[in-house]
Amino acid sequence: MSKETRGSDPQGVSRRGFLKGVGAGSAAAGFIGVGENTAQAEGQDAPAIVGPGDGTYTLNIDGESKEVTAEPRATLLDVMRNRLDVTSAKKVCDRGTCGACTIFIDGEPAYACSMLALEAIGHKITTIASLGTPEMMSALQKAFVKHDAQQCGFCTPGFIVAATDLLNKNPNPTREQVRDGLGGNLCRCGTYVGVQEAVLEAAQSMKGGA
Amino acid sequence: MQDFEYTAPTSLEGVIGLLSETWGETEIYAGGTDLVTCLKQGLTAPRRVVSLRNVKELKGITILDDSIEIGAATTLTTLLGNAELAKHATALIQAIEGINSKQMINVGTLGGDLCQRPRCWFYRNGYGLFGIEDGKSLIEDGDNRYHAIFGNDGPAKFVSASSTGPALIALGASLIVSGPEGERTIAAWDFFQTPQSESDRETALKSNEVLTKIIIPKNETQSATYEIRHRAGLDWPYVTASVAIGKEGTKVVLGHVAPTPWVSDAAGKALNGRVKKADAEKAGEVAAEGATPLSQNAYKVAMVKTAVKRAVLRATGQEEEA
Repeated sequence: MSKETRGSDPQGVSRRGFLKGVGAGSAAAGFIGVGENTAQAEGQDAPAIVGPGDGTYTLNIDGESKEVTAEPRATLLDVMRNRLDVTSAKKVCDRGTCGACTIFIDGEPAYACSMLALEAIGHKITTIASLGTPEMMSALQKAFVKHDAQQCGFCTPGFIVAATDLLNKNPNPTREQVRDGLGGNLCRCGTYVGVQEAVLEAAQSMKGGA
Repeated sequence: MQDFEYTAPTSLEGVIGLLSETWGETEIYAGGTDLVTCLKQGLTAPRRVVSLRNVKELKGITILDDSIEIGAATTLTTLLGNAELAKHATALIQAIEGINSKQMINVGTLGGDLCQRPRCWFYRNGYGLFGIEDGKSLIEDGDNRYHAIFGNDGPAKFVSASSTGPALIALGASLIVSGPEGERTIAAWDFFQTPQSESDRETALKSNEVLTKIIIPKNETQSATYEIRHRAGLDWPYVTASVAIGKEGTKVVLGHVAPTPWVSDAAGKALNGRVKKADAEKAGEVAAEGATPLSQNAYKVAMVKTAVKRAVLRATGQEEEA
């Protein structure tokens, strides 16, 4: 959308109310870029206003600060995969159902497909890439390999993130708790039994100090 | 998805000032779990999205002498960890446990659960709230297996998608909404409404209002929610029942059977504080009376009987094996 069209506000929304809304509490910095496409102020958690059109902002992904330029409508998943080449979270259903895009936001699992990237500013985003490497796999990742807990493997990164969270919170889960705890993830190949075995074994091996 | 202007004010006043008097011009972003999908599905194409992320007054739980106040933008996970809610609002906690996805409840908010749009597949595929194509109802003659069996005599045949609405109604909760003209209090029951035209909405919220608070009275109430579902993982249930048994009477509220949560006064009266297994069974039968199933969802009538019975037994510690 061009800047020209921005002059015509949505019906019933006063520009005065708009400015009041953004200005209140966000200090003068909040006004930077009104009428421009980027409005993130230095050191602010979140921009006061972005778009329509590209805005530039910084995301913290796997411990690295990454600057990105994207439109407000971009989801966190699309920004990671398409703009930042962070492909560790997978895109499958793209509607918050399958869990393949599961990442940690400040240590809690969330669906990257169902969140605007702008909402992730100021939060720590952690993907499976931070949990292990092919050479240095986590106990859970090793157990997934051993128990054939994947077929096509596309859902696996999301399962690993969700199961890592599960074991963080409940180091000694029952099979029932594993099944329930992974309710937010789907595997269309149907390797649920392998996943359950892997999580249960990882729980045991982690207790042994592995 | 059409692009939009994104704003994240730091005060409630700021949020209200940015909202349009016309539906569809602006949208509120709480957890985003439904809104982002609605944006992708083209169900809404706002000019502006107003995020609640920086509005601290909308987050958190306050325990008062006679009530519990929950900020509408409080995540469902936060509610699950609250001991006072576990004690005074068991039905609510059990309803949230039913949303079996950590990813969803870590981000999703209580206000968002109440304001989410229907999941009717005709609606989600662009045929409007009433599923109409060329003036003809796609629902009446189509795949209506998940649709309403109560309150479906008008054009709306979808079911309310809210997981927590039935429990909040059973618990006698009230909701606070704020708009340009100030604040108003709405009983949880009155918050939900059945649209009669495509321009109507499923809640009493106006387009320039924000749901700010949910207030649950601290009554001596035994309450429970029982869900009948296809799978244990993330999905909507077929039928749910929330019951609250207290000094003021017994409330039975069904979920996923009507365009709103569905209060069964008759079932509440039939119980009237009696909670033996035979009473619970009777209440289930009474609750199912008057159902008007569509061509493919008569199975839900039997589920209503079972859900009510099991919710009563669950509330009173007499749970039977499913």
